[in-house]
Amino acid sequence: MQITKTIKKLVSEGKADRVFGWKKGELGFDTEPALFTEDFDSVVYNSLCGANLCKYMINETKKDGTVLLLLKPCDSRGLQLLTKEHRVRREKIYALGVPCRGKIDVDKISDKGIKGMIDIQENGDTLTVVTLYGEQTVPRQDVLYEKCLSCVGKEHVGCDEVLSPELSEDTTVNDRFAGVTALEEKNPEARFAFWRSQLSKCIRCNACRNVCPACSCVKCIFDNPSSGMDSKANADDFEENLYHIIRSFHVCGRCTDCGECSRVCPEKIPLHLLNRKYIKDIHKLYGDGDEAALLTFTKDDAEPSVVYERGEGHA
Amino acid sequence: MPMNENGEFTPLIVAFCCNWCSYAGADLAGSGRLAYPAEVKIIRVPCSCRVNPTFILRAFQKGADGVILAGCHPGDCHYSTGNYYTRRRMTLLFSMLEYLGIEKERTRVEWISAAEGAKFAATMNDFAAKIHELGECKRLEDLRCK
Repeated sequence: MQITKTIKKLVSEGKADRVFGWKKGELGFDTEPALFTEDFDSVVYNSLCGANLCKYMINETKKDGTVLLLLKPCDSRGLQLLTKEHRVRREKIYALGVPCRGKIDVDKISDKGIKGMIDIQENGDTLTVVTLYGEQTVPRQDVLYEKCLSCVGKEHVGCDEVLSPELSEDTTVNDRFAGVTALEEKNPEARFAFWRSQLSKCIRCNACRNVCPACSCVKCIFDNPSSGMDSKANADDFEENLYHIIRSFHVCGRCTDCGECSRVCPEKIPLHLLNRKYIKDIHKLYGDGDEAALLTFTKDDAEPSVVYERGEGHA
Repeated sequence: MPMNENGEFTPLIVAFCCNWCSYAGADLAGSGRLAYPAEVKIIRVPCSCRVNPTFILRAFQKGADGVILAGCHPGDCHYSTGNYYTRRRMTLLFSMLEYLGIEKERTRVEWISAAEGAKFAATMNDFAAKIHELGECKRLEDLRCK
C-alpha cells in the first residue's frame, strides 16, 4: 500500500516518530482512529475512514516528538483552523494529505436492509458487501455520507505533503445550501416543528462538541455545573435547543463545514443545517473572507433588521 | 398566560439598554413624561456588545415574550467599536432564531441615543404592541432556568 510505504519512509527519514491514522475497528470492516508508534503495516486507509483526526492533535502535540497525521481534504481545513487559533503546535505535526473519494456510511448500507455484514470490499464504483447470508453489491454513490454529497472541495490546505491528489474524486451532488434554503422557505411553525422533532432527539452525549475542530475551548459553558446546562434536561423534551443554538453560535464564522457533527450524532440530528445557515448568512451579508466574521466589522454592515424585513419564505 | 386584573395578556419584555445612550434615553423619556409600557423590563449593560447571545436566550428561557436590545447609534459607541460587533452578532443570532421558528418580531435591535427619549418611548410602545399581538412565547422556555 502506497500510504504505508510513504509513512515508513517519512518515519525512517525522521520527519515524525509516531503516526496518527486509522486502524481496523471492532467489526473487522470498520475503522477507528488510532496512534501508531510501530507496526505501521496496520495503518488502514480506505473508504470507511470517515473520522476527522485533527482534533486529537490538541492533546497529541502537547507530548514530545512529532506526529505524522493523515488528513483528508475536509480534515485539513480543520487542522488549519486549529493552527490559526493556536490550539495545536503545528511544528509538531507532519501533515500528510490523503486522497478522498467520499466516505461510506455503514448505517446507509444497513438502511438498505443488508444485515449481518462481515466485510465491505470496494471495486471502483460498486461495493461488495459480504454478509452472513451471502454477497450483495451496492452502488458506492448511494451509501456515501451526507457530508460527502455536499463536499466543500477536495483540495488539501496547509499540508506538508499531499499523497496522490489525482485519486481524489468530486462527490458533490447536492448544492451545499439546498437543505438550508428548503427550511427557510417554510413558515415559522413548520420550521419550529422540524427543529423540535430533531432537537428533542438529542441525548446530550456532547459528541458533536467533542468532535468539532472549532469547538476546542479549554473551559466550556456546557461543562459548567452552575450554568444549569451541563446535563440532559429531564423536565421537558425540548430543552436541548439552547445547547445547539449556543454551540452553533460559538462556531459561527469559524465552522469549516466538515460535517463531523452530523456524522457522529447517534440520533442523526442534521446539525450541519445549523452551521450552514450561519455560513450562508455570512456569505450573503459579509462576503466569504478569510477572517472569522464575528471578529471584525465594517462601518456599513447590514442592520439586524434585515432579518425583520425578510418576508415569509425568504431565500 | 400572565394576565392583569382585566383579563388582558401582560407579556414580559426584556430590554437590554446600553448605559451611555439608550439607558439615558429611557431616563429622558421618563423625565419628559413619555409613557411606555410597564411590561418592558430594562436591564442596564455597559455597552450593547456586553450582551452575550446567551443573555438573549436565557431571557427567553426564563419566560420573556420579546427581547429588545438598544444601543448607541453605530459610530457613536462610548467604547468606539462595541456596537459594530453587536450589529453583526445580533444579525446572525436573530437570523438563526428565525430559522429555528421563533417569530422574527420577538427580537429587535434599535439604536437610541441619549437625546432620543421620544424614540425610546415610541420604540417600546411599538415593540410591546407587536408582542401583545403575538402572545406568549413558549418556544424557548426552559423549566430548568425558572
